[in-house]
Amino acid sequence: MSEVLLAALLVLLVALAVTAVRAGDLLVAALALGAYGFAMALTWAAIGAADVSFTEAVVGAGATTVFMLAALLRTTRRRSVATPGLRWVVLAMVAVFAVELTWLIAALPPWGDPAAPASVHVSPRYLADVLRETGTPNAVTAVLADYRSYDTLIETVVIFTAGLGCWLLLARPDR
Amino acid sequence: MIERHESVVVTSFVRVTVPLAQLFGLYVLVHGHESPGGGFQAGVILAGSYILLALGLGREALERHVDEPRWIALAAAGVLLYLAAGVIGLPRGAFLDYSGLPVDGARARWLGILVIETGVTLAVATTLVVIFCRLAAREPMA
Repeated sequence: MSEVLLAALLVLLVALAVTAVRAGDLLVAALALGAYGFAMALTWAAIGAADVSFTEAVVGAGATTVFMLAALLRTTRRRSVATPGLRWVVLAMVAVFAVELTWLIAALPPWGDPAAPASVHVSPRYLADVLRETGTPNAVTAVLADYRSYDTLIETVVIFTAGLGCWLLLARPDR
Repeated sequence: MIERHESVVVTSFVRVTVPLAQLFGLYVLVHGHESPGGGFQAGVILAGSYILLALGLGREALERHVDEPRWIALAAAGVLLYLAAGVIGLPRGAFLDYSGLPVDGARARWLGILVIETGVTLAVATTLVVIFCRLAAREPMA
């Protein structure tokens, strides 16, 4: 059952992505992208990644869509016309990447494989010791804010810098 | 432009939902140790509550609550709170390492996570609201 659900979600993801790319009206594209974020959140939830699903739901489906819509209000709903000659170059590049990625899929370990490199490196140690060392049952929170707190610190600085940059670039003309 | 909707349904919905969303955001922050979620998600939910306020009650309602320079300063305070949590362990251990503190290790790290997540929430929520304020502003872009 869950495989059928997952397959349906993946098909929906592709359909929404194509809609977002192909839509002539950028409002449609922005909303398709929001729906893509929501379908992505459902996909993460379906494979048991609750924290990632939560983030994708609030950022991908929520905040990003609102920012896109707000940006559209200040610019235009029309898509700019692509340069005709460039289309074949882009198509060729995308085709090369598609072949490469499809080829690389064969090298990936099966989903959920306990012997996958990601599952045998430091994950078992975190899962075994997280409660004793940090008193935090949610291992994802403990990894983000304790074991890997340098990462999260710099991410927070990045978010702050992005906000400061937006604020200064879009500042009122009279200030 | 984002204007107020003169609809009883929209304004009532916003008035009820905004405080509930903010309460849920705080819950996600303080309950991140036990359940999915944490500082980042809580920050986005809190920011979302302010964006909902603007979408339903108009841009002016948001501007009454948000003093942009002050909110940028709050975002910086969030980052500084994170740094402060790191510096506490510095004298006898390392940055962001509480093992040198004369307290129970697991308890210190549990508390450290909460302080760090609070800083993240503060930075993320204020940053997103300020970006939205700038995008939704009435005046033309510079």
